[in-house]
Amino acid sequence: MAHVATQPAPTAPPRRRRAWRHILVGWSFILPNFVGFALFTLVPMLAAFALAFLDWDSYSTPEWVGLKNFQRLWADENFHVALRNTLYYAAGHIPLTLVAALGLAIALNRKLRGVAFFRTAAFFPYITSLVAVAIVWNTLFNPTAGPINQILEALGVADPPRWVASTDWAMPAVIVTSVWRDMGYYMVLYLAGLQTIPKEYYEAARVDGASTWQRFWNITLPCLRPTTFFVLVMLTIQSFKVLDLIVVMTDGGPGRSTLVLAQLVYREGITEGKFGYSSAVALVLFVIVLTVTVVQFRINERRSAR
Amino acid sequence: MTTLHDAPPAAARPRPPATSEHGDRSGGSPVRKALAYLSLTVVTLLVLVPFAWMLSSSLKRDNEVFAIPIQWIPEELRWSNFVDIWERIPLLTYLGNSAFLSMTITLLQVLTGSFAAYGFSKVRFPGRDALFLAYIATIAVPWQAYMVPQYIMMQQAELTNTYWAIILLQAFGAFGVFLMRQYYMSIPDDLCEAARIDGLSEYGIYWRIILPLSKPALASLALLTFVNTWNDYMGPFIYLSDNELWTVQLGLRSFVGQYDADYAMMMTGAVVSVLPILVIFLLGQRYFIRGIATSGLKG
Repeated sequence: MAHVATQPAPTAPPRRRRAWRHILVGWSFILPNFVGFALFTLVPMLAAFALAFLDWDSYSTPEWVGLKNFQRLWADENFHVALRNTLYYAAGHIPLTLVAALGLAIALNRKLRGVAFFRTAAFFPYITSLVAVAIVWNTLFNPTAGPINQILEALGVADPPRWVASTDWAMPAVIVTSVWRDMGYYMVLYLAGLQTIPKEYYEAARVDGASTWQRFWNITLPCLRPTTFFVLVMLTIQSFKVLDLIVVMTDGGPGRSTLVLAQLVYREGITEGKFGYSSAVALVLFVIVLTVTVVQFRINERRSAR
Repeated sequence: MTTLHDAPPAAARPRPPATSEHGDRSGGSPVRKALAYLSLTVVTLLVLVPFAWMLSSSLKRDNEVFAIPIQWIPEELRWSNFVDIWERIPLLTYLGNSAFLSMTITLLQVLTGSFAAYGFSKVRFPGRDALFLAYIATIAVPWQAYMVPQYIMMQQAELTNTYWAIILLQAFGAFGVFLMRQYYMSIPDDLCEAARIDGLSEYGIYWRIILPLSKPALASLALLTFVNTWNDYMGPFIYLSDNELWTVQLGLRSFVGQYDADYAMMMTGAVVSVLPILVIFLLGQRYFIRGIATSGLKG
């Protein structure tokens, strides 16, 4: 039916005027959202690039300094610590969440009565507020009398970790909390992926005598590859920008043991008012996320081509 | 309690011809079924233990929270904690502020987002797809990378410490446009063409045909936006310094800082802050799941 509209009716206005009308109508729909989006997202995003090359404190006038902020960054120990911690967090959060989400999805992808209740329960942590999550997990991780250490002691661990009070164990505690919180969200994505796998594949494999493990390895995992790729990209972006959980749970401490890049941006930029310097940190954060994502896309393309 | 239905397959994928391998095990032996339930229960309990801990601690005396061994059900249920907390912090003000911000932002997001999504999916004009690409691209850029320029803008406009800062920054996100467009793409264009031939204007088509058809997607967007705004911590943390303007999240966080050792009270506060979300979630969880499965993205 689409050709009817493109066929000029005898009384239709000339083509050019009609094209203009399309543009005007199209923009009129987009404009209310676009004004806000351009002003409060696009402009700040572009400004962030320029700011990184300025020397601008909240009290002084902006001055173009080229790469000076990045040189300062390179010499800043806080930056090295934050970079290492961000990589540490990502290295823990990404694989653990992926495995937990996939495990949950497979366990909950059954046609059993009441399975919907279990799915709901597994998803609930994701929409619980971070402050509540932090309060609960901080007491669970309480080094002296928290339930986690009580259980560890009952299991015979003589000297359980001091978790959020220890520089070595604070980051693992944050990672465990974030995996618990996020796995339900990625579980939903995996459930959607699992439901696209044709049942015939499994039937054929069973006829051939394939074990459960073989069916998982040779059918489920390969069929889920597009989902896994998507989950991986989302998890990576999410991991590198982690901020709120850290601010609420440990505030970067004890010491600098959980200080991450996004928090350094916040501290230098908003708390200290060093706009130029913090934007340099932000730019590095952005470049890292972009690089990792582009690499993931490349690897995915190469594999799909095979 | 309503329950979570099968998550739909992600948009643009064909409907599944069949369920996957675990789907057809329901007809298995009773032993197998019992084992399946057992494993589901264990997994779910592990997920829910922190909530049980929160609820149990909220009904205890402060010195009972860390009792050894752990007491899951306190001897005496102290419901009075839920009365006392209203006197300790201005919870009603915080809840009201959170509700106001969440509702305003949700309304703006749904209105402008669905309107723009119509332009991006049903009206053809040059430059449309390039513009949409700009929307998509911003979703992948970490917000933390441009929060400082946003802050400077708000500071220059003297909007810090007002709700304007939060509303303006959160109401026009790319997320709503993206989610609604995904849904509109699944509505056949023939429907709009037929309406055009019948003489309906584009605004009429949006208002009288597309909008009524997209109720599930609107519900998904509204719920996701509401919950995200209600739970947001960094936005209010950066912009709101006056106690009267605080949201529940800020109020609760400062309560923890002030009464660091009052664990039972802290848990009571946490329960109160989670309850509204629990109710909303149970009412509309179908739409949450659908929204996430179609968009795969968070705001």
